[in-house]
Amino acid sequence: MELHATGLSCERGGRTVVRDVAFTLRAGELLQLTGPNGSGKSSLLRLIAGLNSAASGKLSLAGGSEGLSIAQQAHLIAHQEAVKGALSVRENLDFWRDFLGGGDVAVALEAFGLTRLADYAAGLLSAGQKRRLALARLVLTPRPLWLLDEPTVGLDSASLVRFVDVMDHHLASGGMIIAATHVPLGREADHRLELAGAS
Amino acid sequence: MSLILALIRRDLMLSIRQGGGAGTALGFFLTVVVLLPIGIGPDQALLARIAPGALWIALLLSVLLSADRIFQQDYEDGSLDIMTMGPVPFEMVALAKAVAHWLSTSLPLAIAAPILGFLVNLEAAAVLPLTLAMALGSIALSFLASIGAAVTVGLRRGGLLVSVLVLPLYVPVLIFGLSASDPGAAPGLTFAALLILAAIALVSLVLSPLAAAAALRAYLR
Amino acid sequence: MTMQYLANPTRFLRLANALLPYLWALTAGLLVIGLYGALVSSPPDYQQGETVRIMYVHVPAAWMALFVYSVMALASAVALIFRHPLADVAAKTAAPLGAAFCFLALATGSLWGKPMWGAWWVWDARLASMFVLMLLYLGYMAIWAAIEEPHRAAMVARIVALVGFINVPIVKFSVDWWNSLHQPASVFRMDGPTIAAPMLWPLLVMGLAYTFLFLSLHLVAMRAEIAARKIRQIQIAEIGER
Repeated sequence: MELHATGLSCERGGRTVVRDVAFTLRAGELLQLTGPNGSGKSSLLRLIAGLNSAASGKLSLAGGSEGLSIAQQAHLIAHQEAVKGALSVRENLDFWRDFLGGGDVAVALEAFGLTRLADYAAGLLSAGQKRRLALARLVLTPRPLWLLDEPTVGLDSASLVRFVDVMDHHLASGGMIIAATHVPLGREADHRLELAGAS
Repeated sequence: MSLILALIRRDLMLSIRQGGGAGTALGFFLTVVVLLPIGIGPDQALLARIAPGALWIALLLSVLLSADRIFQQDYEDGSLDIMTMGPVPFEMVALAKAVAHWLSTSLPLAIAAPILGFLVNLEAAAVLPLTLAMALGSIALSFLASIGAAVTVGLRRGGLLVSVLVLPLYVPVLIFGLSASDPGAAPGLTFAALLILAAIALVSLVLSPLAAAAALRAYLR
Repeated sequence: MTMQYLANPTRFLRLANALLPYLWALTAGLLVIGLYGALVSSPPDYQQGETVRIMYVHVPAAWMALFVYSVMALASAVALIFRHPLADVAAKTAAPLGAAFCFLALATGSLWGKPMWGAWWVWDARLASMFVLMLLYLGYMAIWAAIEEPHRAAMVARIVALVGFINVPIVKFSVDWWNSLHQPASVFRMDGPTIAAPMLWPLLVMGLAYTFLFLSLHLVAMRAEIAARKIRQIQIAEIGER
C-alpha cells in the first residue's frame, strides 16, 4: 500500500494555501507535517480526506480497496471532536460504529482507558477525555490511513503513552499515518514535511 | 441502509434528549395560533373561515424556525466532516437528516395542528382533511427546509436568510395544502389536492438531498 | 487553472467591447420603434381605452423577469457541471437586472390594476407567483452578499438559483392552472396569438428592445464584475507579498 502525492496545491478564498506538495508514504510509515500557523497543514489533511479539492496535482493510493475513495479508507481527527454531549460515551461510539461500517466498541473504549467512563454523558467529559473519545474512533473501525491534526492536544502523559501504543500497533500492522503537529508526537517520524506556507 | 437508520435513530435520540427540538417548535406553533384570535378579535365565524390558513402558516413558520438544527450542530462539531468519509454517498446523509427532522418535528406539529384548531374555531368537518394534508405536506416542508438549512449552515445569522430562501418554495405546498383542507370542496378536489401534495413531497424528497449535500460540501471545504 | 481563468475572461472582454456599441444602437432603435408603435400608432383598446398602453411596458418586463431567471439558472447549471469560470459571473450579474425587470412588471401591473380592477394589488395566482419570483431574486442576491468567500458563495448560489427555477413554470402557467383575475396568455400559446396585429407588433418589438437592453446591461455588468474580481486578486497578491 502506498500513498503518492505530486504537485499538490489547494486554494482557500482565492489564496493558495498549499503549494506544490509532493510525498510518498508506504505501509507502516509515519509522515509528520510541520510548519507555522497558516502554513496549510490542516488544509492539506482536509484535501487528502476529500473535503477540499485540489487546484492542481495528483493524489493516489495504490494497493487499497478497490472501489473505495481515499476518504473512505481514512480517518480524520481534526480540531473538532465530533462528540455529542447528549449521548453517553458508549452511544457516541455505537453510532460511529454503525455509520462507519463495523468495529468493536469495547476494544476502542479500552484502548483509550474510557471503559470506566462508558455510561456517562459525553458532555460531562473534560477536554482531554473528549479528545480520547475522538481518538477512539481510530481503533473502533479499522482504516489504513490516519490523518491526524494536532492529535495530542489536551492529552495527559498517561494518555499520550496509550496513544503512542495505538499508533505503533497501527503502523506495525501495515497502516499509514500523516500527522500535523508542532509538538513532539512521542514517536520518531519516518518522513518529515516542512510546509512553508504560500507566498 | 442500516447505516441510514443508525443516523436517523441518533438524530431522534438527540432531539429527544436535548429538548428544544420538537418541544420548542410546538410551543412556537401554539403561540402563533393563540396570537391570531387575540389579533383578529373574537368573531367566531371569521375565525372559522381563516382557521385552516392560519394553521398552515403557523405550521410553515414553526417548521422553518426549527430547520437550522438539521445540520448546524453536526457542522460545528465536525461530525459532518466525518460523515462525508462514510461508506455511503453524502446525499444519503442529507436525506437521513431531513427524514429525522420530519419525524422529530414536522410530523408531530402536523398531528398537533387539529388540536390547536379548536383554539381558532376550526370546523369539525375540516379536521380530518386538514390533518391528512398537513401530514403529507409536512414531508415537503422538512425536505425543503433542509435545503435552506444547508445553504446557510456556515453563516452566523442564517435564520432570516433561511426564511427568505425557503418561504417562496413553500408557496405550492401552502396553495395545495389549503385546497386539500377545505371541508366545503368536492371530495374529488380534495383527493386531487392530496395527490399533488404527495407529488410535491416526492419531488422534494429527490431534489433536496442533492441540493443540500452540494451546499454542505461547499461549506466543508 | 490560472491560464484558463485568465485567458477566457480576456477573450470575453474583447468580444464584449466589440459587441457593445452595436447592442446599444440596436436597443435604442428598437425602443424608438416600439415606443412609437405603443404610444402613437396602435389604437386604444375598445374596453380599456388608453390605459392599455401600459401593456407595452408591463408585459415585456414580465417576460424578461422570467427570461432572466432562466438565464441565471442556465448559467448556474453550466457553472455547476462544466466549471466554466464565466458562468458564475453571468449568473451573479443577471440577478439584479432580473430583479429590476420583475419590479418593473409588478409596479406597472399595479398601476394598470388600479383603473382595471379597482385595486392596486390583488392576491391571485399570477401576482403571487410573480411576487415569489421577486423574493427568489432577492434571496439569490442575499446569498452572494452573505457569504464572504467567493468560491463558496458561488457554489451555494448555484444551488439556490437551480432550486428556485421550479417557480418559473409555475409563474408561466399560473394563469391557466388557477382561475385568475389576471388575463390568460394571449401571445405565447399553442394555438397562436389572440391579440390584434396593430397591438401585437409593437408588443413584440418592445419585447425585443427589452431583450437587447438586458443583453447590453448584462455585458456591462459582467465586465464590471470581472474587473472587481481582478482587483480582489491583485489585493490578495499584495497582502501575500508583505
